[in-house]
Amino acid sequence: MNLAVASRVERAWEVLSTVLDPEVPAVSVCELGIVRDVIDHDDGLEIVLTPTYSGCPATEVIEHDILQAIVVAGLGPARATLRRAPAWTTDWISTEGRAKLLAYGIVPPGPASNAEVPLRFFPRAAKAIALACPRCGSHHTERLAAFGSTACKATWRCLDCKEPFEHFKPI
Amino acid sequence: MTQSIQLQRKPEVQYLLRVGDTALILAQRLAEWCGHAPVLEEDIALANMALDLVGQSRALLTHAGTLEGAGHDEDQLAFLRDERDYFNATIAELPRGDFAFTVLRNLIVATWAKLLWEQLQASSDAEVGAIAGKAVKEARYHQQHAADWVVRLADGTEDSRRRIDAALAELWRFTPELFDSDAVDAAAHASGLGPRVADLREPWLAEMTAVFMEAGLSVPAESGFRSTGTRGVHSEHMGFILAEMQHLQRSYPGGVW
Repeated sequence: MNLAVASRVERAWEVLSTVLDPEVPAVSVCELGIVRDVIDHDDGLEIVLTPTYSGCPATEVIEHDILQAIVVAGLGPARATLRRAPAWTTDWISTEGRAKLLAYGIVPPGPASNAEVPLRFFPRAAKAIALACPRCGSHHTERLAAFGSTACKATWRCLDCKEPFEHFKPI
Repeated sequence: MTQSIQLQRKPEVQYLLRVGDTALILAQRLAEWCGHAPVLEEDIALANMALDLVGQSRALLTHAGTLEGAGHDEDQLAFLRDERDYFNATIAELPRGDFAFTVLRNLIVATWAKLLWEQLQASSDAEVGAIAGKAVKEARYHQQHAADWVVRLADGTEDSRRRIDAALAELWRFTPELFDSDAVDAAAHASGLGPRVADLREPWLAEMTAVFMEAGLSVPAESGFRSTGTRGVHSEHMGFILAEMQHLQRSYPGGVW
């Protein structure tokens, strides 16, 4: 019995590791650290998710994709529940996830600071540490905008290879 | 037309709606920039911030509905309340103005929201604390973005300086409302739900002053004018923004995406 329960949860984790984030389809929802727990109840699996941003429009799509993948794998019925605390942080992105982001052209986040960050002003204050361009590796880069194509990213450009790239913001 | 709902005016519900409605109405104003901002990057930035605010508002409205106990969900609270049952700070409902007005308003509101969310993380209500844990990070980023632009515009061209000066002259008189404490937040303070907003004024002014120093702006004198949106008595702009925001749900009752 215990063995069967364990294997159902384990199989669910395997299935979940193939579900990609709809907006950053280079990494799985597990690698992003969104899936916090898988619990086997008598009436089905409970997948516990922590949303990345309060208003991330992908959250509902992710829920749908996850439940569909579980059902298709024959592990249903399943339901998704949201766990808000502790709040998601980019520190939960796995090492593999970070490598995949970089290969995809998105600079992965550095360590998140939960402490108060003093206000700083561009470009007069000391420059923020320049990121390495994900294509040519040059540190001769600059931030173009604090936001990007999704809530979780900022827009940068490389001044050597002239290509724009994105940075996954550490939060 | 779908009939309006009547809100049960419990202090804890009103306290949460002050925060949730301010986020929702400001999000609506920021979303008006979509396709109109001066440059594409800032167009995207404003839309992204609007999304964060809608997300925070959804969570708070849902929880306020639970505390109200009348069976109202986030959609009913957003789309079926009348103006007097909305408790956003008046500053959020003012027309979007130009880009200088927009970023200065964002700085004022995000600095206030950041300080409030920081305190709400320790709320006696675990759900509020959980919502705050996420929202505080977003508010910090919004504040940083707005502060950056206020400095750039104030220290930019003659035109950008003129615009930021005009925005400051227009907006400053709406800021005392953000720190007006009354029976609603006295009750929240007593129950541990959240802080008295009056206690946020000093740290808020210190952070605003730091940005203004960097920008070469001075803190204006406090005006005698008092806006009262957080008590449900709004400016002439509120009816119009609700009409636009609520139109679909009122015309097609119960419609969903």
